[in-house]
Amino acid sequence: MAQPQVIVLSGYGINCEEETQFAFELAGARAHIVHINDLIDGHRGLENYQILAFPGGFSYGDDTGSGNAFAHRVKNHIWKQVLSFVQKDRLAIGVCNGFQIMVHLGLLPAIGGKFGTQQVALTYNRSARYLARWVDLEVQCDSPWLRGLRKVSLPIAHGEGKFYAPGKVLQELKARGMIALKYALGEVCTHLDLEPNPNGSLEDIAGIADETGRLLGMMPHPERAIDFTHLPHWTWLKEKYKREGQKIPERGPGLKIFENAVEYFK
Amino acid sequence: MANRIEVALKIPDARALVRKRHLEGMGRSIKITGVWLVDVYTVDGDLSGAQLKAIAGVLSDSITQRAKVDQPQSPAKFDWAIEVGFLPGVTDNVGNTAREMIEDFLKVEFRPGQGVYSSQITFLCGDLTADDVATIARSLANPLIQRVHIKRRDEFQAYRGMDLVIPSVHLDSKPTADMVEILGAADEELALIGKRGIADADGTRRGPLALDLTYMKAIQEHFKEQGRNPSDVELESIAQTWSEHCKHTIFSDPLDEIRDGLLATFIKGATEKIRQQKGKRDFCVSVFHDNSGAILFDDDHLITHKVETHNSPSALDPFGGAITGIVGVNRDAIGFGLGAKPIANVYGFCFADPRDTTILYKGSNFTQRMLSPRMIMDGVIHGVNVGGNNSGIPTSQGFLIFDESYRGKPLVFVGTIGLIPQKSHGRSAHMKRARPGDWIVMAGGRVGKDGIHGATFSSEVMDAGSPAAAVQIGDPITQKKLSDAIVKEARDQGLYNSITDNGAGGLSCSVAEMARECGGCFVRLDEVPLKYPGLKPWEIWCSESQERMTLAVPREKCGQLSDLLSRRGVEATIIGEFTNSGRCIVEYNGQRVMDLDMEFLHNGLPKEAMQTVECRQVHREPDIPMADDLTDCFHAMLARLNTASFEFISQQYDHEVQGGSVIKPLQGRGRVNGDATVIRPLLNSSKGIAISQGIYPTYSKIDTYHMAACAIDTAIRNLVAVGADLEKLALLDNFCWCSSDEPERLSQLKHAAQACYDYAIAYGSPFISGKDSMFNDFKGYDEDGKEIKISVLPTLLISGIGILEDVGKAVSLDAKFPGDLIYVLGETSEQLGASEYYALWGEKRGQPATGSSVPQVDAKSNLNLYRAYSRCLQEELIASAQSIHRGGLAMALAKTAMGGMLGIDVWLESLPGTLSREDVALFSESQGRILATIHPNKRKSFEDLMRGIPLAQIGTVREDDLIIMKGLRGNVIINTALQGALQSYKSTFRDY
Repeated sequence: MAQPQVIVLSGYGINCEEETQFAFELAGARAHIVHINDLIDGHRGLENYQILAFPGGFSYGDDTGSGNAFAHRVKNHIWKQVLSFVQKDRLAIGVCNGFQIMVHLGLLPAIGGKFGTQQVALTYNRSARYLARWVDLEVQCDSPWLRGLRKVSLPIAHGEGKFYAPGKVLQELKARGMIALKYALGEVCTHLDLEPNPNGSLEDIAGIADETGRLLGMMPHPERAIDFTHLPHWTWLKEKYKREGQKIPERGPGLKIFENAVEYFK
Repeated sequence: MANRIEVALKIPDARALVRKRHLEGMGRSIKITGVWLVDVYTVDGDLSGAQLKAIAGVLSDSITQRAKVDQPQSPAKFDWAIEVGFLPGVTDNVGNTAREMIEDFLKVEFRPGQGVYSSQITFLCGDLTADDVATIARSLANPLIQRVHIKRRDEFQAYRGMDLVIPSVHLDSKPTADMVEILGAADEELALIGKRGIADADGTRRGPLALDLTYMKAIQEHFKEQGRNPSDVELESIAQTWSEHCKHTIFSDPLDEIRDGLLATFIKGATEKIRQQKGKRDFCVSVFHDNSGAILFDDDHLITHKVETHNSPSALDPFGGAITGIVGVNRDAIGFGLGAKPIANVYGFCFADPRDTTILYKGSNFTQRMLSPRMIMDGVIHGVNVGGNNSGIPTSQGFLIFDESYRGKPLVFVGTIGLIPQKSHGRSAHMKRARPGDWIVMAGGRVGKDGIHGATFSSEVMDAGSPAAAVQIGDPITQKKLSDAIVKEARDQGLYNSITDNGAGGLSCSVAEMARECGGCFVRLDEVPLKYPGLKPWEIWCSESQERMTLAVPREKCGQLSDLLSRRGVEATIIGEFTNSGRCIVEYNGQRVMDLDMEFLHNGLPKEAMQTVECRQVHREPDIPMADDLTDCFHAMLARLNTASFEFISQQYDHEVQGGSVIKPLQGRGRVNGDATVIRPLLNSSKGIAISQGIYPTYSKIDTYHMAACAIDTAIRNLVAVGADLEKLALLDNFCWCSSDEPERLSQLKHAAQACYDYAIAYGSPFISGKDSMFNDFKGYDEDGKEIKISVLPTLLISGIGILEDVGKAVSLDAKFPGDLIYVLGETSEQLGASEYYALWGEKRGQPATGSSVPQVDAKSNLNLYRAYSRCLQEELIASAQSIHRGGLAMALAKTAMGGMLGIDVWLESLPGTLSREDVALFSESQGRILATIHPNKRKSFEDLMRGIPLAQIGTVREDDLIIMKGLRGNVIINTALQGALQSYKSTFRDY
């Protein structure tokens, strides 16, 4: 299959669907924004897609816990479809609010294949306040989404991104290699003198995968880091590259994640 | 039967820890050893025990939370419990979502009058008196919108928890329209109706119509011709339409020799002249007549911009006022043309010093206590946070200004930039026209009693009679659903002919406004969906309940539109039809409650000629002794409220959503606040938009003409510095004046408007939209119960918007590499009047230091400078740049250094201009100056391109972290380390 079809969910306050669609298309996929109600009333079906994206946003205004209400809407109406999708050789990603939705749905981490049971949580940031800034991440696991990446810098923007897991669950996540991304001191935090862990996440966890690695959830936003001018220090880098006689790059670090997904279906 | 579901966290609660820190910061007497929070859902429905248990699971997080039904959850040890919930009728977003979740989960529907209500209990542990707890409760809740219940531990235990409260709305009034006796009313009674409102049967007045006697007499005359009295619906409707808030009479009516009024003569007049001068290069597309102004962006798109204020509501309910402000101005984008997509928010707040603890009362005898400056500041900042973030609109550009004149009313500026295709469904998307026969469709939220009299209220001075009902809370998600359905789907399917937003005046303004496009309307108020029963017809017609748009829908498209909207979770209702009858007709319950001539409604208001009286105050120049060392002064300037870092705001406003962030609000290694931001609205294009602001309220103490000129020059210079095309800059004006019925204030207004005309034309930058707010005065009582009036400084915000062909050439303010050369472009003169430096001196001395040497703008030479600079920027010769403004050269130099986290060597000897003192050189606020750094090997090309422009290299970027500045005689006047400067710059708001 040359060009995977991506479904990017929207509705009820999700708000990153357009840039998520753009990132997938830039990476070579065909991406379709589909309102969740069009899945519920049967206008569209998941069976036509290879990649499912839960984008970031503010579904239901984070009321009753971020991602919770949207997850219940999925569960109340289209759970079977979603379950059948993730159990096939397909890819799914949840970014920020999408990650929170996947966690509430029990799509992540789904230790032991227990899809549908919530096992971990994303709770109020250490500051109890919404925070928008950049972070550095270290890739921890072998997921198709993260192939060829060891370190990557991306922006975050969330109020409830502090990862939490009960002790036993955390052990399992480690044992099964399901911790996908950790906040770490890297290029951007060094450059901007920022604390690596932005929200007090347990063991600096920024993203997790299911046991196959096909399902990935992450708080940082790769779709906001696909161009060079997205970088928080691009004006400095540009000046540096210019003086060193180097070419100014066109793209940013987040694009690779979308390219990996397209690559998976080649 | 109602039940309480209480949800507690099983793991440490970051919110509780932060609240504890906040409460501890309130005062030394308050000692708190522990804070716990419990979230409560009061479910008023017919649900079984099993259903409630299931719901408790749905409304909580099984990993981190514990939820119980009708069992109080409290920590093992606590001394007090404070529960805060909403008052009846106040928008409760969490409660509404919970209700929707329950209905979707259980497949049940709540009956009318039933619902779900959210509240939160704060448990406190500590040796606290009842007074302490009352003080704490005052910081947690606003009595205008929230209810508070306090229990001691023993009371909590005796009752087994907090009380069961169901804040549902019960209105027992008979919803009919009343006739208002005005035909036979004497002038005194007419004036009273205009000032205090229509009298109800019991004699109480409904709240201001803000119609003065001249207007009331014009109305009386009109109804005499009709041979009948008006209904309350008609009178309220006229009041909304004629309000200062909607008609801008002060800005539109004749003033002295300005017969067409200030707006037409100086603001629109400037734009018309510029458009003529530009000819084929005119980039204005839709100016002044729609909800936003629009300019060309590229071959296929326009960008729109609009800036609003929400001052009066924010004084009473800062969170609600600010969130409805930002979400409301979003609708000015959505309601532009056939609907523009909001792509960026801007903000600007004028507050009193948050450390000011003096108390103000709105009422006499120590009643109606006003909120503290800190509560207003926190609430406003949070309101824009929730409004912007939840809506998925990036909020990058903003400012903070502090002055004691904002103690009575803060100024809350909120703006939204929109993007709209030039063509949509074969139509010009910036054009719209309701046609006779089109259905009138109201879409989005429902109508309640919230926001009644908002338009008339904000047209008046705030005093004890100001209505609390004007306060409302926004619901960004309801609007997001509506906005997405409109601008991402319905618009491009051609499903409607016209659209506008419901803001001030609600339906009475939106429908009547659209009816002008076709010549009439017919509305059935019975069809309007209500939040709760019992609203009177005039309330339905004038309510400012949020998140609503009004559309004109061709009959054959109505089915398709309502199907689409219902599938997107958006409520839409046909409430009438547009006609060409020449009349605005409204029916309720079979009764004709309004039947007004459209011409009278819109154009019947008499023009009132105004006269100004010149009032120039002369302030003595302060006599500041010369100092050999200005290091301490430099630090004090960096730490001032008006110059300090507001990183805490920039970091809590998402500025990267929509994926177009280019120049962010925080720049460089030191994360310094910049003066302009750049976004890229189309992900597949390198074309960008630069956004900036200029504002100098203190200059009004000396001269409003120069105040306005400086604001314009700064807004433009900020855009130019970052890389915007000088030929395609547009401006917006927001006048926030005070006491505009006083001839002296009108004189100040006239001078400021004159400057707008002069400088817009001089720069060729047209105004495309604007808004004014004329009565930012507070009348009340001070701590001793003495009557006081607090008026804001005459304030003009100029917002700038510009276009960059290639965002890859945008320039940030941070110094890039050691050895780079530091240049000042433009001349510095002794212009310190009403400057930040004088203010610092005044505070030191304990008496105001204003002076009279206010900066003046030489547009002609500035324009040459900006042009030459722009060429250098296009040639990529500039490594960093920023405009020099508040706090002068010293503040700009500090930001260059802190931004790059690199030391600097500066010598002032070569600084262009006529200067005799170092402090003047460093802190003068002379306009037209840009601070830039360049790579040493670009020196020649740079100086060649800048030939003829006053400029000088005044320093270099150092390898180390020292900031060293030498004075006019080569003597060291500032010697400090970067970290210390950063500490001063960031300490002011560190704990905010």
